[in-house]
Amino acid sequence: MKPLLEVNIHKLLLKNPVMTASGTFGYGPEFEDFYDPSVLGGIVVKGTTGQLRQGNPYPRMAETPMGMLNAVGLQNKGVDGFIKDIYPKISHYNTHMIVNVSGSTVEEYIEVAEKINALEHIPAIELNISCPNVKEGGMAFGTSCPSAIAVTQAVREVYKKTLIVKLSPNVTNIAEMALAVEGAGADAVSVINTLLGMAIDAETRQPVLSTITGGLSGPAIKPVALRMVWQVSKAIKIPVIGLGGIMTATDAIEFLLAGATAVQIGTANFIDPAVGPKIIAGISDYLERHQIADVRSLIGGLRTS
Amino acid sequence: MKKYIHDFEIIENREINEGHFVLVVKLSEPLPPVFPGQFAEVKIEGSPNTFLRRPLSIHDVDYAANTISLLVQRKGDGTTHLGTFKPGDTLNMVYPLGNQFHIGSAGEKVLLVGGGCGVAPLLYLGKILAKNGIKVTTLMGARKGDQLMEPEQYQRNGELLITTEDGSEGTKGFVIHHEIWRERNFAFDRVYTCGPDAMMKAVARLAARNNVPCQVSLEQTMACGVGACLCCVVDTTTGHRCTCTDGPVFDASELKNWID
Repeated sequence: MKPLLEVNIHKLLLKNPVMTASGTFGYGPEFEDFYDPSVLGGIVVKGTTGQLRQGNPYPRMAETPMGMLNAVGLQNKGVDGFIKDIYPKISHYNTHMIVNVSGSTVEEYIEVAEKINALEHIPAIELNISCPNVKEGGMAFGTSCPSAIAVTQAVREVYKKTLIVKLSPNVTNIAEMALAVEGAGADAVSVINTLLGMAIDAETRQPVLSTITGGLSGPAIKPVALRMVWQVSKAIKIPVIGLGGIMTATDAIEFLLAGATAVQIGTANFIDPAVGPKIIAGISDYLERHQIADVRSLIGGLRTS
Repeated sequence: MKKYIHDFEIIENREINEGHFVLVVKLSEPLPPVFPGQFAEVKIEGSPNTFLRRPLSIHDVDYAANTISLLVQRKGDGTTHLGTFKPGDTLNMVYPLGNQFHIGSAGEKVLLVGGGCGVAPLLYLGKILAKNGIKVTTLMGARKGDQLMEPEQYQRNGELLITTEDGSEGTKGFVIHHEIWRERNFAFDRVYTCGPDAMMKAVARLAARNNVPCQVSLEQTMACGVGACLCCVVDTTTGHRCTCTDGPVFDASELKNWID
């Protein structure tokens, strides 16, 4: 018998615990030549704001050992552009399409969340209070408990479906932040967004990124992400979605053992655009090899004595 | 156009001058259509600090042999390591990526201008142009004569003109100093260019002065190559666009601050 892969994130029943992370999978169609996006447990689409944004100037990316820094800065068509141009092209996918919601002000988050709430085929939003690459809003909301509570509560009032909050790792105590947003009405948390970092060109003595600092992703951050998922999952009752440097099925299993109910694949999509199904198959193989009938029994299954 | 992830077998690694080599890679099945101006994202195994794939221009395609050629400059750890790959080694590529050069109609006369390893996409472009009955002139620039990129290959596509900065071969100076640009000599319907940004901008301005369209092939730092990460943007008259999917070929007039 094939092991059961289904997991629940609040009201969402995911066919498997593998989702793709915001900003790394476009909206889905970008990867259709490589596999059918509907095989995924969920897809979190690019960060969406109230108005169209051009994002930061080039250069926006720096490669690092086992990772990369980005400073894209929420380039997107704005929520109205999303609803008009993109939503019709992705609403047929047979998976959970989740919109990552971003903003500079609480009002902007509310505006975007309200408009997305009206879309039949979007069962959840991921509130991005952790983008390190915008001057206003973003991470500023996610690095202090009072502001994280304020924006989560405000969105909770207008958003009736599953509300996921994506936490920033750029804090002293992430469990405290998770508790704060749980108390403010979040249904799940995504842990973690990128770590703030920078890259310097020694020859020119200049920063590599136009914004000087950017968000670090890739395997370089996996140990930090695992630690934070473990800390958060012990502190809160709502489900944790783990992400940060997952490249293989083994990486994904480690996140589940640390306490994640599901995982998101991010930067790995850039290295292997067909990685999604491989991770799903690899999780299934692991379960068979360990004679585990249901992936749910792995969640938080870390053995500590 | 459908994109693929394929393992190719390296059948040749040809040193062409100091700092540059050509890889010829073979697919074990018929090649899908690949157009001039497109590129591949190449995975460089065995180079610990090379995390991302490297975007490399399609230099040539041989459908009869199912081979693709890549002209590579040793620039950093990744491309230097790629230069050590030997026949029989495997190269994983995501391809064909990006848009393509626009091909005009038979009877046109066109000028292809390449600087340094920027000539990479112009070999296959010239081949397809010539096949379409278009008269091709390639203008190749290099620092010095021994830094030219296998110039004889381009003669198969038509006339070849050369400039070198030290005058060791062809006209002394940059590509823009060649007499072909003088008004009485200039007799082209279209210009295509690839090379350093400063060179391409100067070429685009000369083309504009002669009232002909100029297509430029841009190089930007990339991550995904498929339009998902939005890292490789270029500033255009319609806002930020991705070099990997909206380009790498742009009409110079679309690019902000390229033609005054």
